[in-house]
Amino acid sequence: MPAKTNTDDYLRMYRQMVRIRTFEDNANQLYLSAKMPGLTHMYSGEEAVAVGICEALTDDDRITSTHRGHGHCVAKGAEFKAMFCELLGKEEGYCRGKGGSMHIADQGHGNLGANAIVGGSMGIATGSALRAKLLGHDDVTVCFFGDGATAQGLMYEVMNMAALWKLPVIYACENNGYSEYTKTEEIAAGSITARAEAFGIEAHQVDGQDVLAVNALTQKLVARARKGEGPFFIELMTYRYHGHHVGDINREYYRSKDEEKDWKQNRDPIIRFRAFLVEEGIASEEEIEAMNAEIEKAAAEAVAYAEAAPYPDVSEVDMHVYAD
Amino acid sequence: MREITLSQAVNEALAEEMRRDPTTFILGEDVAEAGTPFKVLSGLVEEFGTERVIDTPIAEPGFTGIAVGAAMTGARPIVDLMFGDFIFLVMDQLCNQAAKIHYMSGGKLNVPMVLRTNMGATRRSAAQHSQSLQALVAHIPGLKVAMPSSAYEAKGLMKTAIRDNNPVVIFEDKLMYQDKAPVPEEEYLIPFGVANIKREGSDITLIATSSMVQVAEKAAETLAAEGISAEVIDPRTIVPLDEETLLKSVKKTSRAIVIDEGHQSYGVTSEIASRLNEGAFYHLDAPVVRMGALDVPVPFSPALEDITVPTPERVAETARKLCAGEMIHAA
Ligand SMILES: Cc1ncc(C[n+]2csc(CCOP(=O)(O)OP(=O)(O)O)c2C)c(N)n1
Ligand SMILES: [Mg+2]
Repeated sequence: MPAKTNTDDYLRMYRQMVRIRTFEDNANQLYLSAKMPGLTHMYSGEEAVAVGICEALTDDDRITSTHRGHGHCVAKGAEFKAMFCELLGKEEGYCRGKGGSMHIADQGHGNLGANAIVGGSMGIATGSALRAKLLGHDDVTVCFFGDGATAQGLMYEVMNMAALWKLPVIYACENNGYSEYTKTEEIAAGSITARAEAFGIEAHQVDGQDVLAVNALTQKLVARARKGEGPFFIELMTYRYHGHHVGDINREYYRSKDEEKDWKQNRDPIIRFRAFLVEEGIASEEEIEAMNAEIEKAAAEAVAYAEAAPYPDVSEVDMHVYAD
Repeated sequence: MREITLSQAVNEALAEEMRRDPTTFILGEDVAEAGTPFKVLSGLVEEFGTERVIDTPIAEPGFTGIAVGAAMTGARPIVDLMFGDFIFLVMDQLCNQAAKIHYMSGGKLNVPMVLRTNMGATRRSAAQHSQSLQALVAHIPGLKVAMPSSAYEAKGLMKTAIRDNNPVVIFEDKLMYQDKAPVPEEEYLIPFGVANIKREGSDITLIATSSMVQVAEKAAETLAAEGISAEVIDPRTIVPLDEETLLKSVKKTSRAIVIDEGHQSYGVTSEIASRLNEGAFYHLDAPVVRMGALDVPVPFSPALEDITVPTPERVAETARKLCAGEMIHAA
């Protein structure tokens, strides 16, 4: 692997993964200290998926996100301040506080929204790809969804059309082994990739804890999708470190501590990539520590900023129901 | 009398009916071991096993359709729809299939199923997890719709729903699961179409559904201190609707406010207000006022969300105006 030639790309990928982890650690803290309204779903553990994919995209490419959407949001170019403001329901949030954690998105970077309806964005992503084809644009749309979402009928309706019409869409299934409190094998019959293949869609399975593997595969597929060879399907094998949401603390009845420990200690995407960077001489331990510290500081500042920021004025409540 | 939570009341109703009728079973996401995210079904899988408390994939139209088919052929399924907002996903199975099959078959086929789900905002869950969509299903002939206002109603209405030969949708307020109320140990059922007069009064009638009953009761207390006597009525089921009790009350008080957490426009409040106008027009001293949720998607921000739903203060304020004759031309 020609590591040296891609130094900047690699450092950015590392940085983005750490930014996601740091964002989530702070979000969890906000929940635990009762400063965040409602619940939130942590992306920690799955960073290589969002980053590996989004680093293969341009700002013109679109994504659709899920209830577990902070990682996609950061990876597609969002800033901490507007994200924390959204999490706390503040006016300066990306959605002016109207969306919160489950609808967080930096629309300016091609994020079409996080969706609280499981599988709810599959039509949207496919529609975005149809628009690209009809209007002659060369952007690609990536549809993120979980293993649980593969149970939704909508997925099969839109994959059929995407395949018939050769749309530039990539279906990215984040298989973290669970949908809520249920193991994937209890809710998904047969193979997930085979479902896409049934429509003639080229499907791949990739180690979602390996950011370079995810990125290399996505780069290839995006380039081909731009040329009209889409759609594609990727199943990314990954793991969520926290519970289904931040309130899901006692979870041994469905997932063992040993299993969690194994993923965290032996397959962590950030630890793995950090070791690679050091080994290849791309960054020193000191440089990495400095980067981590800088990100932590930025997050702490953004949290403080969001906590002090004002809520939207009550007059905003019926604003944005209809577009002008 | 002992007090139990609304969540326990639902759990008891299901357990009792499942013991009584071996054709009943529960179908839904994370209903078995997890006992649903709200833990309402905890313990049921231990008693009835995974054959009768069935975890499904996240496939709402699919498992609702499966329930319709099972109901048509001799079972009594209870569908657990995790959030009321997901009713949009199952609309075809519920409204085109379940609701119409008895009629379309000339009365030859029945669909005795229950779809239990929830409603209610102010849980900071944003626009897709906070809606109160009872009006949508109440609009469709063939579906019955129950809206329990406490643990007592939740148990009695659930047992009636399970024994009913029609598709019944039950909306539980998700913010009330931990609210306790006196519930008898002995078995009881609450018949559909029988409203409950929660508080007697003579100046104004407050008709309220689900958690809005608490809102109306609080408003009534405030008003009582000011010398305004409010009657509070809980219809308990909006289909069938106990028009008689509502009309009788309004003819007595000559004023009414209807309160429901669904969007105000084209909603439950509109329907009940119309029936009062049609049935008691010459007895009214003021227009019947609707108080529903604001006609906006439910916002996440607490600063915005809290002003979208009726509150005791706003109900009392409106009642005061009506009693003072202020709003006679305002509607
Ligand atoms: C249509 C719909 N059904 C159910 C839910 C409740 N729910 C939220 S997340 C979730 C599990 C999703 O699992 P998966 O797709 O694997 O995503 P993950 O949470 O693992 O990232 C469920 C059942 C929902 N939000 N939308
Ligand atoms: Mg999953």
